[in-house]
Amino acid sequence: MAILKKDVEYIAHLSRLNVSEDEKEEYSKQLSNIIQHIERLNELNTDNVEPTYYALDIKNVFREDKIEESIDKEKVFNSAPLIEKNGFKVPKII
Amino acid sequence: MELFKLTIEELHKQLIEKKVKPSEILDSIYKRIESVDPKIKAYLLLTKELAYNMAKKAEEKIMKNENITELTGIPVAIKDNMCLEGVPTTCAAKMLEGYKPPYTATVLERLKDAGAVFLGKLNMDEYAFGSSTENSSFFPTRNPWDLERVPGGSSGGSAAAVAADLCIAALGSDTGGSIKQPAALCGITGLKPTYGRVSRYGLIAFASSLDQIGPMTKTIKDNAILLKYIAGKDKKDSTTADIKVIDFAENLECDIKKFKIGIPKEYFIEGIQDEVKENVLSAIEFFRKKGAQIIDISLPHTDYAIDVYYIIAPAEASSNLARFDGVQYGLRDTEAENIIDMYKNSRQKGFGKETKRRIMLGTYVLSSGYYDAYYKKAQKVRTLIKQDFNFAFEKVDVIITPTSPTTAFKIGEKISDPLTMYLSDIFTIAPNLAALPGISIPCGFDKNNLPIGLQIIGKPFKEDDLYKIAYLYQKETNWHLKKPDIN
Repeated sequence: MAILKKDVEYIAHLSRLNVSEDEKEEYSKQLSNIIQHIERLNELNTDNVEPTYYALDIKNVFREDKIEESIDKEKVFNSAPLIEKNGFKVPKII
Repeated sequence: MELFKLTIEELHKQLIEKKVKPSEILDSIYKRIESVDPKIKAYLLLTKELAYNMAKKAEEKIMKNENITELTGIPVAIKDNMCLEGVPTTCAAKMLEGYKPPYTATVLERLKDAGAVFLGKLNMDEYAFGSSTENSSFFPTRNPWDLERVPGGSSGGSAAAVAADLCIAALGSDTGGSIKQPAALCGITGLKPTYGRVSRYGLIAFASSLDQIGPMTKTIKDNAILLKYIAGKDKKDSTTADIKVIDFAENLECDIKKFKIGIPKEYFIEGIQDEVKENVLSAIEFFRKKGAQIIDISLPHTDYAIDVYYIIAPAEASSNLARFDGVQYGLRDTEAENIIDMYKNSRQKGFGKETKRRIMLGTYVLSSGYYDAYYKKAQKVRTLIKQDFNFAFEKVDVIITPTSPTTAFKIGEKISDPLTMYLSDIFTIAPNLAALPGISIPCGFDKNNLPIGLQIIGKPFKEDDLYKIAYLYQKETNWHLKKPDIN
């Protein structure tokens, strides 16, 4: 399936990315090529095959729900671009 | 003696015999870096002050003869996607320029506890997206065997640093071949451990069902030593396996006659460089002569692995990279008036081309209406690929293949065509999708004097098999001892 310019715009929005007009052209071409290659998978019948999400058997890991020391708040705020009081500052949402 | 040339094994001996001090090893390596790294560009950051402090502590331990391990005083360099508290960790991404993590990755905690010394952070493809290190936001790294060529990727800085003696050993990370492929292209020894063998806590995530950290070294013995210290269950990574970590380096001898080695016909296909094929076949002949049983096998779904990978890995990456939104850390666009524009502008400014390409590809295959056709289909074919290996491992103990279809390619040669670039990982991807351990070791050179890599794939958690077989090979060959003439 070909990825058209309008598809690139839609995917870019879902991905929260801006793309320039030039990039739309470029990505449309490159993503189409990649998707075309990937579609070879349709040669295989997988009707009765279970999907593998993790290749080794792993089980859920439980632990006691007890309070432990975590990373210091100050340290975390140190790398934040914008903070105010005890929070990360972002543009107005509502 | 030039100390920077030595291995972990050799330096450890000299350290415990008190013939050399950790700080003297550091002097030697930093001098080497100063003279050679401007040509190679393996390092993004040197952590000299930290290193000399760590060396001092190691020296005290050695003087007191207390808590000495094989890594005490040994300088190790780190791929820049592993967090070290307070030390800039960028993932070679502009997005994270100047970012200082508030915590340290488990592997680095473990190396620190063992007394290792951290030299600095190594270049890579941005977020580990790439096979050439050309996608670094900062600069490409060059192959020490030919400065016009790539070192492979994404752990290209790690492979080049080991090959050029800019460190004693390094850590890399592997998702689709990012340790093994650069190890092959730079002529060093690189192990991608079984998924779950090594903690991913503090490794900046790319594809969480595939990522593994592994050792990149000058020899098998060094590799086995390093793995021992980083491997094992970690309560901070619930996907780590609760499987005993043996002393991999203690017993590397083996009776090769007991080993059955599988040779999959799908890995010796048209399009692979003649010299790569010839050298891998002569290595197989070496094992046959030594008495190993060589068995022809088939892994029929091999050809589809690349397609499965380029659905699953970008899908997981698109989700993992959602965290780079300009809120908690990293680059932030401060002009935007609403939150969506703030996200979009920050990500536009911070992400490189390949990163955006992979995020979009991943978002597409996960998007409504396409999830079943692409993502779920890929997970089903992943099952078939895994079954191929399960079936093969009923008959053989290990599988030998080339690591990469060609030797190192020229800088710029594949960068404009992502699909061609992706194909340089065709031999490393399938075993990774099946979570299997794999190692790349040098097995010869082509006519341009570029190293060729041999991949040995093992059963889950049987890294010791890989080490034993590779050790026998390195004992009787000298490919891994050859050094590039850097000029």
